[in-house]
Amino acid sequence: MERLQVIEDFSSLQARLTADREPNIPVIVIPAGTCGQASGANDLIRVTKRELLDKGLTDKIHLRVTGCHGFCEAEPSVLIEPQGTFYPKVDAKQMVRIVQAVAADEVLEDLLFADPETGRGFYRYDKIPFFRNQQRSIMRMNQALDPIRIYTCIVSGGYGALQDVLANRSPYQALQEVKDSGLRGRGGAGFPTGLKWDLLAALPDEPAKILVCNADEGDPGAYMDRSILEGNPHSIIEGMLIAAYATGATEGVLYVRNEYPLAIKHLMIALRQCRELGLLGDDILGTGLRFDIELVRGAGAFVCGEETALIRSIEGKMGEPVQRPPFPVEKGINGRPTAINNVETWANIPLIFKLGAEEYAKVGTNGNTGTKIFSLVGKIKNTGLVEVPMGITIEKIVHDIGGGARGNGKIKAVQTGGPSGGCIPADRFDLPVDYDSLAKAGSIMGSGGMIVMDDNTCMVDVAKYFMNFLMDESCGKCFTCRKGTQRMYEILEDISNGKATLQDLDLLEELAHVVKDTTMCGLGQTASNPVLSTLRYFRDEYIEHIENQRCPAGVCKELVTYSINENCTGCGLCVTVCSEGAISGEKKGRHVIDVDKCIKCGSCRTVCNFDAIDVR
Amino acid sequence: MITLTINGLQTSVEKGTTLLEAASSLGFPIPTLCHMEGLSPYGACRLCMVEIGEGPRAKLVSSCTYPAQEGLKVRTASSRVLRARNMVIELLLASCPQSKTIQDIAAAHNIRRQRFRQEYEDCILCGLCVRMCEEQMMAKAIGFRGRGQNRTVGTPFDIKSDVCRLCGGCIYVCPTCQLRCTYTEPEKAICGGCANLAPPCVEKDQFDDMMCYMTPCVACEIEKD
Ligand SMILES: Cc1cc2nc3c(=O)[nH]c(=O)nc-3n(C[C@H](O)[C@H](O)[C@H](O)COP(=O)(O)O)c2cc1C
Ligand code: SF4
Ligand code: SF4
Ligand code: FES
Repeated sequence: MERLQVIEDFSSLQARLTADREPNIPVIVIPAGTCGQASGANDLIRVTKRELLDKGLTDKIHLRVTGCHGFCEAEPSVLIEPQGTFYPKVDAKQMVRIVQAVAADEVLEDLLFADPETGRGFYRYDKIPFFRNQQRSIMRMNQALDPIRIYTCIVSGGYGALQDVLANRSPYQALQEVKDSGLRGRGGAGFPTGLKWDLLAALPDEPAKILVCNADEGDPGAYMDRSILEGNPHSIIEGMLIAAYATGATEGVLYVRNEYPLAIKHLMIALRQCRELGLLGDDILGTGLRFDIELVRGAGAFVCGEETALIRSIEGKMGEPVQRPPFPVEKGINGRPTAINNVETWANIPLIFKLGAEEYAKVGTNGNTGTKIFSLVGKIKNTGLVEVPMGITIEKIVHDIGGGARGNGKIKAVQTGGPSGGCIPADRFDLPVDYDSLAKAGSIMGSGGMIVMDDNTCMVDVAKYFMNFLMDESCGKCFTCRKGTQRMYEILEDISNGKATLQDLDLLEELAHVVKDTTMCGLGQTASNPVLSTLRYFRDEYIEHIENQRCPAGVCKELVTYSINENCTGCGLCVTVCSEGAISGEKKGRHVIDVDKCIKCGSCRTVCNFDAIDVR
Repeated sequence: MITLTINGLQTSVEKGTTLLEAASSLGFPIPTLCHMEGLSPYGACRLCMVEIGEGPRAKLVSSCTYPAQEGLKVRTASSRVLRARNMVIELLLASCPQSKTIQDIAAAHNIRRQRFRQEYEDCILCGLCVRMCEEQMMAKAIGFRGRGQNRTVGTPFDIKSDVCRLCGGCIYVCPTCQLRCTYTEPEKAICGGCANLAPPCVEKDQFDDMMCYMTPCVACEIEKD
């Protein structure tokens, strides 16, 4: 790779790459992020390569291995460009057929993604409701480039924003553009990014300023940051370079959790390629800009995502939050001014300059501009990463994009904001998804986790699950966070065991408010949300557990009993699986469960073909 | 100088002063547990909470760590502060009822019951010993490890640290073991408490050859018999 000396070198490289493009040659695109690889994308890549080589098709068909496209439900999937044909859940045999079909310019109708209502296949991926109802300005880039080849990135517009900024704007103008865009940090708190940069830019150049990309993403079930890190690491580097120019920072740190090996690999490759090309280092593109990025691996504590703990972790100390103020912008890593932004925030920066702040701010609502990626999981048909304009209603995400409830359940709530978020009940699904509305409804945006729950979910159990997570992940410094989460968990456990009283419920609520009030960092301050929000909307479920010793969803083991209803045909299948010998009955007659012997393992319910086992 | 208002009284303090120091200089009492003069503020016990700000932006912060800021309005005994403080004391009693320090704090605030499952822990992780060891004894022999429920104080690898001089400073500052065996101030000692509760110095072998200045401490006497 030849080092680019001046800005014009970059432009001519870009022009050359664009001219070399062969837009008419079909490309087989295989998403192979961690999720894709886990579901078998590597096999597809191998089969495709072999097939292309064996049949001598390498000149006629190209292969592009990319990061995750977001439709996890359909993985491993294959996309054919430029037609946009989308094949979900492909296996190795089907892959051979697909390669042949591409060579013959045909479409395999039987493998297309079928409309769940009409059963007809969709010919283009962007007609599928999951994709059609999104606004994929960031996720779309994952589709367009091969993350380990910087040229594929440049040809699809990567580093174009940087070039534009360096050539045409002063640092002040660049900063102004970010401010005008209204971008708010995607890491959870929604702090205006332009304002944070402004504070940093106002400080003197000595001691040297530092920019940090927070890629600690510790929420269970959230992986939008990972998909950007793996699929488009250059967007983050480009964002940081623009910030370096705008604020005068000279050092960058990528703090990535060690549980993301593929992301780390792709970032290392991207950093190396940038250094070789002269996009990182001294005198970048001949403009005098000096900036380099170091990669630091986190050891996997959730709390290290909190910015002061993250700083201490980077310094090599124990990941433990400290008092703010002073804020990191004044006193960060080793006492130097430090601006920390989330992965998705960084990835939005190039987009702002590509579109212009005004155009960017048209997406979303006033005060909540741009798009946000959510990881949609739980009891829903289409799980995956969805990118939508801010301010869209939960209803749209859950039904139009998510496709509604999975199986025959009825959706009862969504949990947003990760472990310390809250639950929003179905009758409030008209709520727009933005920082302020969610906070008002007792939840948080968090980093963008969205877990859908149906009527088989017990809200006490949900609160208990998240409290258990927080109890483990609290750093333990604040007495009220460490003990508070433990005590809340104890009371929740008592409730789900039917051993609690109404006084315990009051105590739980009282404690929850105090924990919120008396803790140092965001973890403790939001640790009560799972309890408070479920109490706010589902108090009757709690009461039902306490007063009637009943778990309406049939989840809390201590409170349910198994019985057999009149659907029983007397087939006797359940008798064979019950390890306790608790089921008996005449052949072809209705069977019964001996409640004294039953250990509530649920085996009978799983095998029964007639829905005859009741859990109450 | 920074001017701020505490409980309606205006005062000026130097930059870097904490809210606790500012409030104390005006004579407003704030209970503390993990704070000690001469050791850096840490903010672990959450007993010293005060309320700052107004309206919907009002919030509680730990006064021992929060720096005084220009124009700040501080309330040291608002109903929100008291509610939080009482709950913190209740939680302390639930975990460590045998500590004389904690008993005294509870008595001073008229907290006479706790509603959680009773525990008897011998450390509340206030970090006084860790800071004492590092900042006053210049030894850094002990530190925190683990997180959440698994957080404990100890030496690396749980073996006697080479840098430990057995000064006993850690035990001296500890609020959960110090006073109950400090026989030197009889009026503070809950008499016989140590005899019933097995203080850590006797229980743990590694303190065998420790220099102890808490004489006469009943605990060792009992041990000899
Ligand atoms: C317990 C806790 C965990 C956090 N984890 C993350 C995380 O994994 N990733 C992240 O970007 N921000 C995380 N944050 C938010 C950061 O503290 C910080 O606000 C954010 O990185 C700032 O970037 P932004 O302005 O771009 O949002 C966490 C906060 C808390 C309190
Ligand atoms: S609130 Fe919890 S996680 Fe945060 S500093 Fe305190 S103990 Fe640690
Ligand atoms: S041993 Fe004592 S001084 Fe040390 S942290 Fe525990 S309670 Fe505090
Ligand atoms: S004295 Fe302030 S938190 Fe312990």
